[in-house]
Amino acid sequence: MTHDPARYGVDGSGTIVTRPLDGLTLIYHRPSGITHIADSPLPEILQALERAPGTAAEVLTRLSEGHEIGDDEDALEGLETHLATLVSLGLVRIAR
Amino acid sequence: MKHSFGVAIGPASFRIGSAWADPIRWLKTLYSDYPQPDDGVADFTVLLEPAGALRRWWRPSIGLGGDYRLPDAAPLALRHGLLAAEMGMNLQMALGWRRHLLIHASSVEKDGRALLLTGESGSGKSTLAAQLGERGWRFMGDEFALIDLESGAAWPFPRLVSLKNAAIRALRAEVTDPERFGPTLRETPKGDIAHLVPPRQAVSRMRDSATPALLLFPRFGFPDDLRPVPQGEVFIRLTQASTNYVALGEAAFDALHRLVTTVPAVAMDYRSGEEAIATIESLWAEQA
Repeated sequence: MTHDPARYGVDGSGTIVTRPLDGLTLIYHRPSGITHIADSPLPEILQALERAPGTAAEVLTRLSEGHEIGDDEDALEGLETHLATLVSLGLVRIAR
Repeated sequence: MKHSFGVAIGPASFRIGSAWADPIRWLKTLYSDYPQPDDGVADFTVLLEPAGALRRWWRPSIGLGGDYRLPDAAPLALRHGLLAAEMGMNLQMALGWRRHLLIHASSVEKDGRALLLTGESGSGKSTLAAQLGERGWRFMGDEFALIDLESGAAWPFPRLVSLKNAAIRALRAEVTDPERFGPTLRETPKGDIAHLVPPRQAVSRMRDSATPALLLFPRFGFPDDLRPVPQGEVFIRLTQASTNYVALGEAAFDALHRLVTTVPAVAMDYRSGEEAIATIESLWAEQA
């Protein structure tokens, strides 16, 4: 039996406010009122998910439109780790 | 309450009620140049109450009450009543003020521009601000800098300066008018404390804001050193130094981001107050 790949999403458009900060990115999450300081590529991943929910592979495709991304398999694995981090921070949800 | 006193300090106003006359008498003396709350209505109430039955007379000790309370705050001896009143006013600000982003920092002003000094207790921020206030700068406050959520300006909160231990001697050497000092309160939980009335200009201009121009993180007792502080670190340290960052939500996020990205930040370690002041004057001249 195969599982469909997880779909990720943010709470909705406009729920995340980002500001540049000396090479880092400040993230204000409106639903929780919590501030995060993040390094690339976390802000870019959030930006990609703000366009629409998607699987890790779909997010990778969106990111590769604007960024130089290496070997597909390694990149996908790295992206899944970053998505797990964002889920644990409450910035990204796994859509069912 | 049997005895009471009202005062406006910067944009905030207080009514202090006390079961005893002595703390109110000192407040009226030391705050004699300050205005009363607008329309007679204060933002906050502070109550100095007997800490328990009989404590009004027998080994009198003060429990701190008011609009906002800390349930586990230890009572203070009646002879420390002035300290209790000042702590009560600080507590109301820290827990209740919502009109500005409140940063635990001292501040002084020159030419419309503000220097903010923030650091842990013992960093020397209060003493340095008090000394600068006697040397050509306008003293704006030794406890809280109030950052305007719309404009980013720093607003004064020039309550009495709380001098601790060696700082009392340092300012006594600098301030010639003995009337500006309150009583020396011996053996408080923070050591010896004396309150100093800010210079006249600090009070007459307590509703004039200034544009933040330099943020300093002083640290007393370490070999002299100066280093720029990265913006990410400044942001984190200021969220920790703010008592209402979380409560103000996105408005505070925007105000703090603006402050951190527009004002240079420097960490200053020092071993002598005189050297620190020379360093500050030199840093200020570089920023001008």
